[in-house]
Amino acid sequence: MTFFLVSSIIKIVVVFTAIMVGVALLTLAERRICAWMQDRLGPNRVGPQGLLQPAADGLKNFLKEETYPAQADFWTFVLAPALSFTPALLTFAVIPFAAPLPTQWGLVPMVVADLPVGFLYILAISSLGVYGIVLAGWSSNNKYALLGGLRASAQMISYEIAMGMSTVAVLLLAGNVTLSQVIAQQQQGGWFVISLTLAFLVFFISALAETNRLPFDLPEAEGELIAGYHTEYSAMKFSMFYIAEYSNMVTASALMATLFFGGWDIPFTHWDDTGDPSVLKTLLTLVVFCIKTGAFLFTYIWIRWTLPRFRYDQLMALGWKVLLPSTLVYLTIMATVIWYLHGHLGWAYDRPMALTLGAANLVLLVAAVWGLDRGRIVSGSVARRAA
Amino acid sequence: MSKRTIDFELATPGLGAGGAPTRVPLAAGPAGEGQEHDLGGEHLLINLGPQHPATHGVLRLVVELDGETVVRVIPHVGYLHSGFEKLGEYRHYNQIIPLTDRTDYLSPMANNVGMAMAAEKLMGIEITPRCKVLRVIACEMSRIISHMVWLGTTSIDLGAFTPFLWAFQERERIYNLQEMWTGARLTTSLTRVGGLMADVPDGFVEGLRQFTQTYPNTLNEIDRVLTRNAVWAGRTQGIGVLTADEAINYSLSGPMLRASGVPWDMRKDQPYLDYETYDFDVPVGEHGDVYDRYLLRLEECHQSNRILQQTLDRLPDGPVNVDDPRVILPPKSRAMSDMEAMIFHFKQVMEGVKAPVGEAYVGIENPKGELGNYFVSDGSAKPVRWRIRPPSFINLAAISKMAEGHLLSDLIAINASVDIVMGEVDR
Repeated sequence: MTFFLVSSIIKIVVVFTAIMVGVALLTLAERRICAWMQDRLGPNRVGPQGLLQPAADGLKNFLKEETYPAQADFWTFVLAPALSFTPALLTFAVIPFAAPLPTQWGLVPMVVADLPVGFLYILAISSLGVYGIVLAGWSSNNKYALLGGLRASAQMISYEIAMGMSTVAVLLLAGNVTLSQVIAQQQQGGWFVISLTLAFLVFFISALAETNRLPFDLPEAEGELIAGYHTEYSAMKFSMFYIAEYSNMVTASALMATLFFGGWDIPFTHWDDTGDPSVLKTLLTLVVFCIKTGAFLFTYIWIRWTLPRFRYDQLMALGWKVLLPSTLVYLTIMATVIWYLHGHLGWAYDRPMALTLGAANLVLLVAAVWGLDRGRIVSGSVARRAA
Repeated sequence: MSKRTIDFELATPGLGAGGAPTRVPLAAGPAGEGQEHDLGGEHLLINLGPQHPATHGVLRLVVELDGETVVRVIPHVGYLHSGFEKLGEYRHYNQIIPLTDRTDYLSPMANNVGMAMAAEKLMGIEITPRCKVLRVIACEMSRIISHMVWLGTTSIDLGAFTPFLWAFQERERIYNLQEMWTGARLTTSLTRVGGLMADVPDGFVEGLRQFTQTYPNTLNEIDRVLTRNAVWAGRTQGIGVLTADEAINYSLSGPMLRASGVPWDMRKDQPYLDYETYDFDVPVGEHGDVYDRYLLRLEECHQSNRILQQTLDRLPDGPVNVDDPRVILPPKSRAMSDMEAMIFHFKQVMEGVKAPVGEAYVGIENPKGELGNYFVSDGSAKPVRWRIRPPSFINLAAISKMAEGHLLSDLIAINASVDIVMGEVDR
């Protein structure tokens, strides 16, 4: 028991620190990567390669004046940044980030809390993040902030549904909501991105919308709503929204890596998930997990600096009229296929089954893009105009 | 802390009690008592600007929203009013030129040219062939930088940040050339009545030629990122549509007019500066929406580039200024050694260039539309009246027509597509 408590506390501290440092570095990475895309240098003055820039920014935000709008609802106004900041950090607790670490007191699973309801916990907690945004928008007593808050609530609720639907497919294959089991299943048969490609795409799009990133950053929409829900926020309170956004990105990326890309699984080898645990395995799997998460974070940044922003009604139409029905249909088809392979033919989830499902997904993908789309969404609207 | 309503009174014409826009049918004449529209507590009134990231300066749009749908939008101008036209009445013709830099400050050189041409028409001066070609260079360089700024800011308004910096890099290259030529990047004051403030320096022609060769690459990059982008097309197609009739009735000009399908370009239809001898096309839109305006301006950049290449090939030798000592200052060395030249120098500096009694209007195709300069002269060295026909002011008038019924996000796209510069709108 003592061992459990001590190891848990150490893990909490380490994960919290890692996320905070990661968020700080991510803000720098975002600015350097966008600078790279835009033919400029980006912040490179503070420290080597600008590595201390986040520290300087943090310091600046600590020292700036906290302002409160005269007509704002004071307590809600103060509480909102914390409300959006906390869930972002809480969600990471159930994500396994490396192979178990052997110590002289016993095996330490490299996850803060390997909850049996792991995935449901994530859906539940990440939904709470919207409260911070809505309350921020409402309590500011600012029309732009209010519009931002309204947009945020509608957007996050809509995309949560598509996101939940897409993960049902994962749970069908994994047969479990514990994330460590989801990873174990993928180590056996193959990553779910192969067997559930479309679910991954839907999850990815929903994750972009859930984290309010471009092309779905309508709650902020600096061109329209100035800064959206955090228009009235300054100094550290603004900083907390900022940290919340980035830690949401980290969590969403880690989640995508875990659900569809095998989590900490090292590809093309079973060395990491068979045999005795060792420190080397823990370290290597941690590195692999970080690489996977980092790749998704890079994609986030890449997309943000490439695409324009959706309009509000287009965003809602995409969520309700495209993602939700197509995910439902997809879910039905995949459930049937899995039932046939697993229940009827008695296949376990292994390589052949993963490849079979992958082939089915390929067919569905082609059908969805070239068959049903016909220049409506994916292949661009220029075709539509020509018609 | 708990009070959540603010009673406010806006002392702006067009707004009644509580900031509600007064509803006056345009055809029915001035509003009488009790004609104000009752907002009924359902519509949200927001104030975009004068400080707002997407109003491109100090434009203020009072927007009545029903949810996110724009019910009514009233543009308020005048926050950057500088009284240029009145200031011009107290200045010699050559002293007016710096004022024109500051009207449409995204294309200062084209403004300089337009104003100088009006003064020259008033005085009956025919400029030299080299000057004509150099002025075409100035106009087309201005068109490119103005369209680059438009492209960049519009893509920012719609959420795509990256093309903005690509566009601005090309603008910087033009600015470097402008600096080389006039010594200033923004306030160029390039022209003089009867010529230019200076001939182009050594290396300018080579620099511009290099620019014209590499510039299309950037345009193509922007084209690749935006034109076939589903989000971009979805945000711009069918937004802010104006038919050809409406565009003409609103007296629009420039890309706004051509996007609606009216093939009217001053360079083709009322040629000046020998534009008829250049080989270029005037792109014309079909649908009159924001997307067409985008495509059209992108194509105009290519066409301007074509014109620039032709000017470089044909640039003749010779003087840039007319050989008339009453109009053009003699060189300082001659003024200090030659009696006659000194007299002309003295008279010009002390009295200015006198224009005959009369009036003159010259309209040129500025990046944003038809820029008109109208002078009335009483025979003195200062105009009695100087009037600018500001294209972006007139184009802005159509914003209510275009935006009402669309969403708030579309209002931003529409406002961007008008391509306004508040320096010119407010003058």
